[in-house]
Amino acid sequence: MIIQAREVYKSFKNVDAVKGISLSIAQGQFVALLGPNGAGKTTMVEMIEGIQKPDKGEILISGKTWKGNEDELHHLIGLSLQETHFIDKLTVQETLRLFASFYGEKKARVTEVIQLINLEEKRKSYVVNLSGGQRQRLALGIALLNHPKVLILDEPTTGLDPNARRDIWRILLELKKQSNTSLLLTTHYMEEAEQLCDYIIIMNNGSILKEGTLDQLLNDENGSKTVEFTLEGIYDSIDDDEAFSEIRWNNNTQQGTVYLNDIEKDMISFLALLEKNNLHLKNLEIRRKSLDDLFTSLTGRHLDE
Amino acid sequence: MLIGANFRELMREPAVLFWGIIFPILMSIGLGAAFSAKQDVIRKVGIINSNNSLSNDSSTIKKFLLLYTTKEYHANENITYYSYKIKNEKLGNSIFLFQETNWKDAIVALKRGRINVVMEEKNNGILYSFDPSNPDAQLTYIKLTKFFPAQSYISEENTDNIKLLTLEGTRYIDFLIPGLLAMGVMMSSMWGISYTIIERRSKKLLRRLVSTPMKKSYFLISIITVRFAMNFIEAALLFLFAHIAFGIHIQGNIPALITVFLAGNIAFSGLAVFISSNTSKTEIGNALINVVVMPMMILSGIFFSYHNFPDWFIPIIQKFPLTIMADDIRSIFIEGAGFAEIFIHSLLLSITGILFFITGVKFFKWY
Repeated sequence: MIIQAREVYKSFKNVDAVKGISLSIAQGQFVALLGPNGAGKTTMVEMIEGIQKPDKGEILISGKTWKGNEDELHHLIGLSLQETHFIDKLTVQETLRLFASFYGEKKARVTEVIQLINLEEKRKSYVVNLSGGQRQRLALGIALLNHPKVLILDEPTTGLDPNARRDIWRILLELKKQSNTSLLLTTHYMEEAEQLCDYIIIMNNGSILKEGTLDQLLNDENGSKTVEFTLEGIYDSIDDDEAFSEIRWNNNTQQGTVYLNDIEKDMISFLALLEKNNLHLKNLEIRRKSLDDLFTSLTGRHLDE
Repeated sequence: MLIGANFRELMREPAVLFWGIIFPILMSIGLGAAFSAKQDVIRKVGIINSNNSLSNDSSTIKKFLLLYTTKEYHANENITYYSYKIKNEKLGNSIFLFQETNWKDAIVALKRGRINVVMEEKNNGILYSFDPSNPDAQLTYIKLTKFFPAQSYISEENTDNIKLLTLEGTRYIDFLIPGLLAMGVMMSSMWGISYTIIERRSKKLLRRLVSTPMKKSYFLISIITVRFAMNFIEAALLFLFAHIAFGIHIQGNIPALITVFLAGNIAFSGLAVFISSNTSKTEIGNALINVVVMPMMILSGIFFSYHNFPDWFIPIIQKFPLTIMADDIRSIFIEGAGFAEIFIHSLLLSITGILFFITGVKFFKWY
């Protein structure tokens, strides 16, 4: 295990940010910490990065605690923080060379990384003139300079447009193919976790809500298909009938959601239920259950709320 | 709405509020209390007593001193003055302090700005020596001519009794340039170093940097080194300009000058690191720098001599790092001082800087 955290707690003045989280990441494994803003993801990764100290619990990187091993551990980790502004009037290349010097890496590695993050054309541009996506790629490049054993990225694509986001994903997927680096990534985009990660930890309010591989998470006992429907007429609620308890009705959007396991069998009983209550469908959509659906079914909120 | 929003943002930042509003008030109360109680204007004048010209009973100056002045010993300067006080409720009292001296000491006192007029009894009357470009000296001269009126009324300004001191080292510019050199080091160290650190902290670059194997001390040392080099270039340019435009020379020892310069850099770099060790708000940084820089700029004798401040205050002023640095650079420039004169001061400056640096690093907030 490259990273192991056991029962980690951290509180600030008026919030308990992390409440007893345990996790472990194997060499080469890509893990996502998925959760809405304020779930405690950043606090958790900053403790793993050695930037903050846990109040309670233990964090081991490659079997070692931060205390007394800082120099060694800094060499194992590559990271990007949620928002870092580098020096405005340094070029991309100069910035990378500066950071490379801290790791004793040579110019050749800088050239390699510039290629990897696809910034050859911007090599001589000032950091201040880069777009948001280019800046994030630079931050990723800096994180990769030292061939880290584990890469820790805190919301690497937040605020980026879909194209820029996919650029980052491409780089990370390429990395997964070509090296044995582990990745710990925080995000509130479910697609990001789905696309990149082998193992997903869903966090809410400082605790782990659910964790597992994508399949494990989506094929649980509560149904693997999501049905969304709208009705003729306007309803404040439709849960007069006991049998509707599995249905979530949102009276703002006038939209209902229900999770089904066996489409054929469950669909028939669902339609029968509507008919019995004299409700008429206006629209109906069946899709695979998503991580957001799972999060909503567990908390009543959406991931990006 | 925009004005309202900006105003609200400001009011909701208590530290900014304190340093921006409360602190200036506190400072004005402090300085006001220190100076309004004693607004006497002190004018110190040198009297040349060569060939015992003052022992001659027919001497006008001697008669004046005997009749109208009282002897006062100033322990902190180790000088006995003849004090003459003119009461003026509207404009504040003027106190003239006359000091018997010789030309050699008088020149040093003039260069340091401790006195700005020298009187000498001559057969045909009193000779006044001063720098015509120093308005304070002109005023002192005019006031003095009121107690020692010329024998006859003059319709045309009689200039025979004035000796213009344009001797190198006694001009105002000679006083000013060394002070500006010292102030340059202070300003650029304090702003340059503090600002860089605070800005990088607020941009979270500091925490990114210390998440690498970079040595923390190297980061600070690199910023200070760049500042040293910049200060050196700035000072060299200022000196070059003053040399060409005003013919200023360094009369003393150049290695000694470099020592003072380095010591000053160490002192102010240390202070800058200390000040910027904790805050990530540039507004607070600004205020903290001003708190340190402003009093020294005004008090440390950069633009005018601090000898005009009340006597009890002068020993305090003389302990400010900027005062020490400016006085030492000035003594090397215009009094020909060498290592012996500046060694202890430079050591003190360096130690102060190093102590501030160490304390600053100890409380330094990287995250």
